[in-house]
Amino acid sequence: MRFIDEYRDPAAAKVLLAEIADLAGQQPARKFMEVCGGHTHAIYRHGIEALLPESIELVHGPGCPVCVIPMGRVDDAISIAGTDDVTMCCFGDMMRVPGGSSTLLGAKAHGADVRVVYSPLDALALAEREPDRNVVFLAVGFETTAPSTAATLLQARERGVKNFSVFSNHVTIVPPLKAILDSPGLDLDGFIGPGHVSTVIGIRPYRFVPSQYGRPIVTAGFEPVDILQAVSMLLRQLDEGRCEVENQYRRAVPDGGNRKALELLREVFVVRPHFEWRGLGFIAQSALALAPAFAEWDAELRFEVPGVRVADPKACQCGEVLKGALRPWECKVFGTACTPETPIGTCMVSSEGACAAYYNYGRYSPRARIAVRAD
Amino acid sequence: MASHEDLIARDAVLARVEAWRKRAPKLTDDVITMAHGAGGKASQALLEAVIRPAFSNPILDRLDDGAAFDVPTGHRVVMSTDAFVVTPRRFPGGSIGDLAVNGTINDVAAMGASPHALAVSFVLEEGLSIAEFRDIVADVAAAAATAGVVIATGDTKVVERGAADGCYITTTGIGFQRTDRSIDAARVRAGDALVVSGTIGDHGIAVMVARGNLALASDVPSDSAPLHELVGSLLDAVPETRWLRDPTRGGVASSCNELAVAAGKGVLLLEDRLPVLRPVTGACELLGLDPLYIANEGKMLAVVPAERAADAVAAMRTAEHGADACVIGAITDEHPGMVVIETAFGGSRIVDMLVGDPLPRIC
Repeated sequence: MRFIDEYRDPAAAKVLLAEIADLAGQQPARKFMEVCGGHTHAIYRHGIEALLPESIELVHGPGCPVCVIPMGRVDDAISIAGTDDVTMCCFGDMMRVPGGSSTLLGAKAHGADVRVVYSPLDALALAEREPDRNVVFLAVGFETTAPSTAATLLQARERGVKNFSVFSNHVTIVPPLKAILDSPGLDLDGFIGPGHVSTVIGIRPYRFVPSQYGRPIVTAGFEPVDILQAVSMLLRQLDEGRCEVENQYRRAVPDGGNRKALELLREVFVVRPHFEWRGLGFIAQSALALAPAFAEWDAELRFEVPGVRVADPKACQCGEVLKGALRPWECKVFGTACTPETPIGTCMVSSEGACAAYYNYGRYSPRARIAVRAD
Repeated sequence: MASHEDLIARDAVLARVEAWRKRAPKLTDDVITMAHGAGGKASQALLEAVIRPAFSNPILDRLDDGAAFDVPTGHRVVMSTDAFVVTPRRFPGGSIGDLAVNGTINDVAAMGASPHALAVSFVLEEGLSIAEFRDIVADVAAAAATAGVVIATGDTKVVERGAADGCYITTTGIGFQRTDRSIDAARVRAGDALVVSGTIGDHGIAVMVARGNLALASDVPSDSAPLHELVGSLLDAVPETRWLRDPTRGGVASSCNELAVAAGKGVLLLEDRLPVLRPVTGACELLGLDPLYIANEGKMLAVVPAERAADAVAAMRTAEHGADACVIGAITDEHPGMVVIETAFGGSRIVDMLVGDPLPRIC
């Protein structure tokens, strides 16, 4: 399959691994953070950690849109979903995210009309198909998914669909990245930059990472060869004493981003003064609300939203995991009280969450791996 | 007092009424109504017009409350049951009707038994079109005939509109297993080979695409098929076969986890050996799914001694529905109770039980 097979090519991976071993051998131990949950998932799914030299550690960052939704916002969504005539549409991942007392899946079992969609356009189509329902799309995600929400809102306006609204929880990638770089005791040597977000915003917004914080960043694709190449590029920068923004994911990421998508974002959204991030607390100018021109389609204005802030459970250390200060298995409740079946923290919910990825794929120590090739 | 003529006239009318009453009830409705489940004339009309002509065989035609079978000497009885609620009811490569037959036959076959008879129960929703029900019944009959099993008994119930989704089918199968054979996870040994009878994930993707809400098109048909002949060939060629399982809901990953726990062994899968059709890989990549977790309805997993793996693969390949059979992994004493996959370039990861349901109502 084009664009997949060549990036999962064992021969190419072998060459890169040799390169990485060579570069790592001449450097002190390195810690790189992959910002994006998609990378975390790919790293575990393909068993990449086990292939890297022991001196290289990959730390899993905050780039999973489901993982950063605070409990209070989930409660708000459940409250809207419980309103008469409301059909709440969301991505499948959001169904099991715990709020203060329940989940959308629980609300559905108790009678709320909650449906899984694969695109905001599906929610809009549903609203047109069922004019008696008040359809709300629970929008989550970084700049990756925000343009499709924006395009959907433009269509809703153009077609005059009145029984459709959006509960926006869209967030932006640069502020949390800054928050991590600002956190005391930062112990990271470089970043594997987000891939999908960068297809929209390009690589220029990351220039502050090397210029202000002195850390290299390489935006990368999501296949194993992409990730290995990004690690190799980071090591090479450090080896050569360079500190830059580099683009490994050129086949999808133009340096300047996607101008059309950025225009859509500017037209439909405004930046919120502040927004709460799960585990990271309030971060200024880190999220997107609907612009006044789209007030008619803004679920936050259309419905009573409790807006109560719910403190994260005491035992949960998602915040430390999201900042890369703790590794998933170092959390006190990892794998016992907090599992993918009964998650306490959001990192355990989405398959892109660091804890879920580690729990699902990484529990078996790769160092003890046996290599039986039967036949 | 009535005259003699009056009495004769009355008897003639009553005789005519009796004759009418003895006529087979005629099915005139075009949709299922509550009356079809009431056990009265409408039920009988449905039975006589739709079900019995399709399923007719000497055991069923006795119309007893149950069916009796002789067990061949040297055999024991195997029994299995399964409920089918798939939506949509018709999809490329199959329908709820043949799925209901093949699913239970494969469960019986996975016990190393040859299926003999089925009981079939329908739960119908008021308002289901009788034409569609006729098609479903025809699919059940055709699948049973293909597999060579009789439908020995059955039942039909109707529930109010909204209390079910169209049509649910429960089938229970019995089969006979040779007493000198046993399929048992406890016999699985480290070093054994894990074989699959063909490509994985076809059914789940076919059904999901057929739902039409993903704006995806593909030509992958469901793999719904009876596998008892394939299992028969395998057991004839490799009677030492330790364990069998048809990996339906939850896919190969879930079956392997069940095997690992039941056997107290580790299961090691080799990613580059997994047979997956390209459109299935493509759909999974797009939707963020893993073919290992996608349902199959015409595939069998088998654990055989390593030195018999080639014979097992050859036996499957010569059987119908087994052309793509291959070895996909091995049993190990490492990581007992756990399934680990070796990725194509030498990494490894755990393959855990499925949490939640990525694709509800797939069978």
